[in-house]
Amino acid sequence: MSELFLLRHRQIPGLNQLSTYLESGGFETWKKAVTSLAPEDLVNEVKASGLRGRGGAGFPTGTKWSFLPNTIWPHYVVANADESEPGTFKDREILEFNPFQFLEGLMLASYAVRAHIAYVYLRGEFWQIARKLDERIAELTSNGYLGENLFGRDYSLRIYTHLGAGAYICGEETALLESLEGRLGQPRLRPPFPAVAGLFGLPTVINNVETLANLPIIIGKGAAHFRTQGTEKSPGTKIFSLSGRVKKPGNYELPLGTTFRELIYKHGEGIINDARIKAIMPAGASSALIPATEAALDTPMDYESVVELGCALGSASVIILDETVSASALVSDTIHFFKHESCGKCTPCREGTFWMARVIDRIETGKAREADIDLLAGIARQMQNKCLCALGEFSTVSVLSAIENYRADFEARLEK
Amino acid sequence: MEKQVTLKIDGRSVTVPDGTLIVDAAKQLGIVIPVFCYHPKLKPAGMCRVCLVDVGRPQLDRASGKPVLNEDGTPKITFGPKLETACTTPVSEGMVVWGATEKVMEARKEVLEFLLTSHPLDCPVCDKGGECPLQNLTMRFGPSESRFEFDEKYHNEKQVPLGELIILDRERCIQCGRCVRFQEQVVDEPVIGFYERGRAMEIVTYSEPGFDSIFSGNTTDICPVGALTTADFRFGARPWEMKARASICTQCPVGCNITYNVRREARKDGRTVIKRVMPRQNEEVNEIWICDKGRFTYHYYESPERLTSPLIRRGDQLVKTSWDEAIEYAAQQVKAAGSKLAVVTSGRLSNEDLFTLKQLSEKTGGKAILHSAISGGDRVAMAGMTTGSDLGKLSKGSVILVFACDLHEEAPIWWLRVKQAAERGATLIVVNPRNTRLDKYATHRLRYAYGSEVSTLRTLLADTGDIGLAVNEAENAVFIYGSEGIGLNASAGAADLLAAWLERSGHRGKANSGLIAAWQKGNDQGAWEIGFKTDEHLAETISAAMGVYITAADPASEDPELKIALQRAGFVIVQDLFLTETAKLADVVLPVQAVMEREGTVVSGERRLQYYAPAIPAPAGTRVDHAITSAIAEAAGIQLEGNNAGELFAQLTREIDVFKGITLQDVQAVHEQTPSLGRSGMYYGGTSYENLEGLGVILPLKVGALPTPAEVIELEELTIPEDRLLAVPVTRLYDRGGTVTASGMLQQRIARSLFSLHPADAERYQLKAGERVVLNLDGREIEGEVDVDSGQPQGVVLVTRSMGALLTAPVLVKLSVPQRSAVNS
Amino acid sequence: MNQLLKKHPQEIETILAKYPPDQKRASVMPLLHLAQQDNGFISHESMAEIAEIAGVEITEVASVVGFYTLFHAEPGGKIRIQVCTDIACALRGSREYLEGLCTELDIKPGGTTSDGLVTIEEVKCLAACDRAPMFQSQMGDEIEYHENQTVARTMDWLRSMMASMKPPVSDDPVMPRVEGGDHE
Ligand SMILES: Cc1cc2nc3c(=O)[nH]c(=O)nc-3n(C[C@H](O)[C@H](O)[C@H](O)COP(=O)(O)O)c2cc1C
Ligand code: SF4
Ligand code: FES
Repeated sequence: MSELFLLRHRQIPGLNQLSTYLESGGFETWKKAVTSLAPEDLVNEVKASGLRGRGGAGFPTGTKWSFLPNTIWPHYVVANADESEPGTFKDREILEFNPFQFLEGLMLASYAVRAHIAYVYLRGEFWQIARKLDERIAELTSNGYLGENLFGRDYSLRIYTHLGAGAYICGEETALLESLEGRLGQPRLRPPFPAVAGLFGLPTVINNVETLANLPIIIGKGAAHFRTQGTEKSPGTKIFSLSGRVKKPGNYELPLGTTFRELIYKHGEGIINDARIKAIMPAGASSALIPATEAALDTPMDYESVVELGCALGSASVIILDETVSASALVSDTIHFFKHESCGKCTPCREGTFWMARVIDRIETGKAREADIDLLAGIARQMQNKCLCALGEFSTVSVLSAIENYRADFEARLEK
Repeated sequence: MEKQVTLKIDGRSVTVPDGTLIVDAAKQLGIVIPVFCYHPKLKPAGMCRVCLVDVGRPQLDRASGKPVLNEDGTPKITFGPKLETACTTPVSEGMVVWGATEKVMEARKEVLEFLLTSHPLDCPVCDKGGECPLQNLTMRFGPSESRFEFDEKYHNEKQVPLGELIILDRERCIQCGRCVRFQEQVVDEPVIGFYERGRAMEIVTYSEPGFDSIFSGNTTDICPVGALTTADFRFGARPWEMKARASICTQCPVGCNITYNVRREARKDGRTVIKRVMPRQNEEVNEIWICDKGRFTYHYYESPERLTSPLIRRGDQLVKTSWDEAIEYAAQQVKAAGSKLAVVTSGRLSNEDLFTLKQLSEKTGGKAILHSAISGGDRVAMAGMTTGSDLGKLSKGSVILVFACDLHEEAPIWWLRVKQAAERGATLIVVNPRNTRLDKYATHRLRYAYGSEVSTLRTLLADTGDIGLAVNEAENAVFIYGSEGIGLNASAGAADLLAAWLERSGHRGKANSGLIAAWQKGNDQGAWEIGFKTDEHLAETISAAMGVYITAADPASEDPELKIALQRAGFVIVQDLFLTETAKLADVVLPVQAVMEREGTVVSGERRLQYYAPAIPAPAGTRVDHAITSAIAEAAGIQLEGNNAGELFAQLTREIDVFKGITLQDVQAVHEQTPSLGRSGMYYGGTSYENLEGLGVILPLKVGALPTPAEVIELEELTIPEDRLLAVPVTRLYDRGGTVTASGMLQQRIARSLFSLHPADAERYQLKAGERVVLNLDGREIEGEVDVDSGQPQGVVLVTRSMGALLTAPVLVKLSVPQRSAVNS
Repeated sequence: MNQLLKKHPQEIETILAKYPPDQKRASVMPLLHLAQQDNGFISHESMAEIAEIAGVEITEVASVVGFYTLFHAEPGGKIRIQVCTDIACALRGSREYLEGLCTELDIKPGGTTSDGLVTIEEVKCLAACDRAPMFQSQMGDEIEYHENQTVARTMDWLRSMMASMKPPVSDDPVMPRVEGGDHE
């Protein structure tokens, strides 16, 4: 059993109590940082750690921080707790059971970019989590970990929560900023990037909850220690949200580079009714249906290797399909998901997801002909590389891979 | 001069300012890159994706940062994996853009197919058919047929009134957001927005009344499909059936360039009628915008109330008569009156009409009086805007001072232009007795008490603080003054002081600097330039006159004193469109022609001389004002030169200095405007008209000495006694003035309440908004509904002008509440 | 008079304090959540009040209400049962569960029980994929997760909830918006 960086509450009960968290050495890193480290030291340590964003894009966190111009102030840090990718439920566990480690990470990130205000953007459904988080932030403030002139130094920091209200697109960082500013959650044009013109038009760092939760480890125990887990290019551990047709779904924190086989058969204890596994969706609804070949099962789950299978690792929400599942039915779900979540701003996504839904509904209700399968693939291809943000592009991935690999499933639904 | 960059588009090279967007650079080469969500007057949104093009950039060597070269020495160009949106991508040096390759054409076709999947394709019954960007671009770039199952189309309501003026067809809407962004970015009245998301996203309004913006009509011009139409034009005509007639809006002193779309109408026994009013591009006046008043009030010309025959008094009756008799009769009286003839007119007339009237009064030795609540036009003629001026050029380093007026209500497009100047960095100083819509953009906001206008300006002139400095150090200074709460004396005083200030700060005579009056009529400034003056003792003048010759003015309906004076006056000739209160008192009434039925020139508040041609034939029985005047003169044995507009204009430009040497050709000259919109395809700028008929000429300044501040008369400050309120007439855009009422369109927008009080005063009189009160001004009583507004000062009751309140200048009044019992219950 | 401001002065102060003074607009969503607590949906009046507090046009507030699925412009049942039928949950029987529940309550997804107490809705992933079938309950603005559900378990919980509340009396007028679009 490898060391846990993130799901430490599974080893230390009550870690979501401040007292317990403090006993386990909590906020010593924070204190050390504010009292004895320069912001640059943090940036450099995180760069050295090779930590990559856990929100989906896998972008090197330290590098991202270094993009903020030191000519424009103030800077903001926003924690992305919108966790909405179907199949992803890792941030929620951190927020509920190891919230202080996440907060400490958020505080370290803020100090690293000299931000004095940080926001936590939570999906609206995390209403109770937000309430609790508010209480915990208040607790930290009254205990002198947040507020003015921390530890007698001239650094102050406040953290506020901001609740979304049901929109997957608000996980996309620029849509998130729009939403935080009180507007529709529709993505912005880029450039300018948030690092230059983000929240309220000012330089902003946006990091995923899990990304931030890694920081107390990296700053506290050092980059080298962090690198004892994972691979050269994908260091550290990752929480894999395992769901679908497995016996034991759940979050599993494993070193990056662990194989699908180990996740599914060792930790997930195999397929329900020991049925035959059919396909793997490594990144939730946004992923391709990867045929679960032996080769695929033996692929290490890191950012580079998974791409070779035909889609990104994303937020590592691994959905397992077995032989009982029809690819056509599943694609119908992904299409309807994206149709429902399309923000409507750009034509290809707004119209394309709508059109694909019309066609897949025809297929699923047995009213379609062979040609409609090609039409469906055609629409997906027609959307590609035209959308304003990645959501539209995501919506095409499962469709094309499913038709390519499981065309028979679609044909089985055609009108007889 | 900003940095220029050179790039290649479809193999042709073009040099444009750094930061220019690819789509605009292409437009300069005449290369069409289709757009829907992009509009040159709005910030790029990159939503519709139809403008995708292939963009290559010179590959730079990491180390040296120098461009990598091919064997043949040309720079190596690298193209990205994805196409880019031409509407959001700025050009860069050495960029290579392909806008017509197979790859690009394919992408374009695909995006169009996406747009059409949800579009009803009801072009045959669509008002936009014929001038529809979606239709045009689909013909040119679109797919031959759609693979979308027609009966799977998305359905939505086709007739949603966003208000009584603008109607939305939710099926035709392509979610480009142009209308929403126009309301947000251009006019800052975000009263329409998107509701829902994804395919269900649709336009809504929650404002009261619906789509509550005085610029709403413009959204129908920039909507690239038939989703937004005006209630006025809906199903009115097909664009290709209509002719375009260039004209000038004379509803206010801005002088917006417009185009009347006209058509012969079978229903109206073959007469040619106006179907709609469209903006005509003039970047120096109204860009491509007009306000709703200018767009919707034209209907007054077809009012059944129009006079079409001369009337003559028989006892206490006005009866129809022939033109010959009427002219003859009028002429006798004019002759008889001689030097005791008072000519009273207004800026509703053209320069040619006014010039003729001026000649007449000079020859008879009588008075030439401009009937207006604002004075000081002679100062504007000497210190106003001059050749080369353009409010659109004001930005950082310029100062705009707005005094005693509410531009949003009095001259909407000036409000917009001033707001935009402020947003570009100009220092805006708003000096008003109450809050106005302009305050939000002001650098300095000053409040003064009604009655202390002149002294307030004196203090400002003496100011050595921010404001004094701002003005003195400004590159350009524009002062706009109005008549809010001040009589003729005070506005004359204000004009004197402001002109003196411009002289002292060295701005007088500079382009983009000068004094502007927010006149009540479109050509009031022209009247001043021609030599008319206001008369603060108008009542006495009239009652003393043997004959009064009133054109385009209705004093009797505005001021009871003037009404009495007219009854006393020896003889009254009235020229008008309608049987006004004044006309009812006349001995002879002569029916005239409306602006759109005749030609003429006018001078805007910015002193821009502009020309308008007839758009439709005049009703039988009417005559053009100057022709009537000449006829009367001739019959009276007075020779006036010039028999038609052309000759009169020539005459005018010979005799009056500031007009000297200007030809009609000058006024009608045009040059390329930026952005160059044109009407080709309409996909780029919308359906506003291209200006082929003339951008106008700004008059040079009249030479002459201005009074020094010391020479400006003092006015005693007024103090408001406990038991009194100061009743102040204020101008509202939508009032009961002749044209607004007669046109019908804007009925629901006319201010409901006649009076407005400060909450504290409402408190004092135990009044709630909506209740009725009576104002008692020395014996005379006006009754009306009150509104409550914390943005106005205490001790004052605002009275909306031309709502029948018969109030021209501020007066002290007593307020009482009828059926108090009813009110308290 | 601004009812919302009257009713929640402290909360509103706290909300406004979260954002820079010149960025009041950011308070729109928190204010909407606050308003929804009171009567389970956002009335036309509430939108106007929020617009006033945040210094924006009422239409801008309405747009936000329309965009986000957790804001309701029309009144629904006192308890909104929102069952996740998204991919991962669907793979673990959430559809069958939903059907069972609907049969029990004798309504269709999206419907409200005749006594106006319960509304059942299908929603997208709620980040509880490993504990399917699951639903979240929305009462006022309070959201609660209920995981590893069976129809029986849910019904027990519902009965206990319903026992504690009487049918709602909503005199709040529904906002005057022209309904349209085959919103799915
Ligand atoms: C459609 C879409 C949805 C996304 N949803 C989430 C999300 O729910 N949570 C998240 O952390 N990042 C999400 N992202 C990624 C964010 O845009 C952003 O890259 C990330 O939050 C950056 O944080 P990181 O560098 O720590 O990963 C989403 C991106 C897209 C395009
Ligand atoms: S791709 Fe979809 S979600 Fe992204 S901007 Fe376009 S419509 Fe919105
Ligand atoms: S995206 Fe360029 S015009 Fe719409």
